[in-house]
Amino acid sequence: MQRIAIAGLGALLVAFLALPIIALFGTLSLSDMQVGLQRSLVWPALRLSVLTTLCSLVFVISLGTPLAWTLADRRGRFSGMIETVMQLPIVIPPAVAGVAMLLAFGRRGLMAGLLYPRGESVSFTTAAVIMAEVFVSAPFYVQAAISAFRRIDPRWITVAKTFGASELQVLFRVALPLSAPALVAGAAMSWARALGEFGATLMFAGNLEGRTQTLPLAIYTALESDMRAAQALAIVLVVFAFGLLLLIRSSAQSSEDRTR
Amino acid sequence: MLVIRRLLFVALCCLGACAREQEAELTVFAATSLRDAFTTLGESWKAAHPGVALTFNFAGTQELRTQLEQGATADVFASADQRHMTELVKAGRVSTPELFARNEPVIVVAKEAAASIRAWRDLLGAKRLVIGAPDVPIGRYTLQILDKVGADFRAELESKIVSRELNVRQVLNKVKLGEADVGFVYRTDALSAPELTVITIPAELNAIAEYPIAVAANAPHPKLAEAWLALVRSQEGRGALERAGFLLPRAP
Repeated sequence: MQRIAIAGLGALLVAFLALPIIALFGTLSLSDMQVGLQRSLVWPALRLSVLTTLCSLVFVISLGTPLAWTLADRRGRFSGMIETVMQLPIVIPPAVAGVAMLLAFGRRGLMAGLLYPRGESVSFTTAAVIMAEVFVSAPFYVQAAISAFRRIDPRWITVAKTFGASELQVLFRVALPLSAPALVAGAAMSWARALGEFGATLMFAGNLEGRTQTLPLAIYTALESDMRAAQALAIVLVVFAFGLLLLIRSSAQSSEDRTR
Repeated sequence: MLVIRRLLFVALCCLGACAREQEAELTVFAATSLRDAFTTLGESWKAAHPGVALTFNFAGTQELRTQLEQGATADVFASADQRHMTELVKAGRVSTPELFARNEPVIVVAKEAAASIRAWRDLLGAKRLVIGAPDVPIGRYTLQILDKVGADFRAELESKIVSRELNVRQVLNKVKLGEADVGFVYRTDALSAPELTVITIPAELNAIAEYPIAVAANAPHPKLAEAWLALVRSQEGRGALERAGFLLPRAP
């Protein structure tokens, strides 16, 4: 009886989260989907989204892993503070993040004198899209990596060091293999966040087809004229993200199996 | 027992108060560009209608239209665009609309470029041009303007477009921040950014935006809605619109 009551509460949440997604699919006919997908803005946006999120993922992993490794042992005086600051981009509304990025890296921004001596600027370029994606998505990976590194049994590391392993060898030969499933899950989460990124991109990079118009921006642009096209694009995004989340689940599963 | 009766009495009073409040609430859906003018008018409305709550919902015309189509409750809808209003009339969501204001597209220039771009003919000197997306009203008017200039002029101008923003405020912001040096916005937006240089578009090229207003078909308070329309049409309403940068509709 209690079990049913608990499951019932859970089912309420399932219905609440699933219904809008079901509506997204259910209210669009197949021919509408075809018409929507034939809009010229669809494929450049999809291509740009795949390209920029892959690039941002490379940055997030190659800089986020060393950061997480450094913060994981809580040794530095400021490591707790840095860890908290690293989480802030999750709370900041993306449009505000975009304004903040303009104030930092924009044409009149804090870094303008240093970055753009000849008056050129990163805003309105594909690079700006990648920067916005890194800003909003990095915290998800860094947080996952920190917890993964902290779960490693310190005896493994001590043993590796007594056998003469250097810090780099400990990281690459011991820590990374042990936490690989959790890192993959964190990376996928971070990728999914970058894929859905909208507000900061619109603010910082603008909205131009083929150059800065990613899938979410294309969806919003299509919404101005044609609800069906917007819906078709949204379905593409949802299906893509769904595949990604399945990957997270399966890798989380294998990580669980391994620790057992 | 007495306590329960008292509680019941209090509860009923609360319900009554809620119902009364609902009876006297005017909800106005209006395009974002009307914020200043309508907020001013709202003050004198409150003075003339004590006890009537006034609620504004300012958003992009397209968003407001979607909300109305999905069954949102409103008394008045003021649109920045004839097209969206026409669609709502066809769908039976609003009564017959009437034109109450016009808004003139202008060019705003960031201070870095103000020295070199001073008139329409200097426009090709711009490096980074920002306009509205084709389906956003300001973007559509901008394209109508570009349709009237020569093909070469247009092609060169289009090669300088760095972004097609999703609303006119975003266009204005990009110029205010200096990211773009030139943008197409409405006169009302330009008025809100005194630090920018404003260039008037030659009348023979310009496409003036027309603002219709209508009572919603499902308006809970159609009489109050009519009163709001009357206020907008009045001397005072026209004054507030003009101070915000709007043009008045041409006399019929």
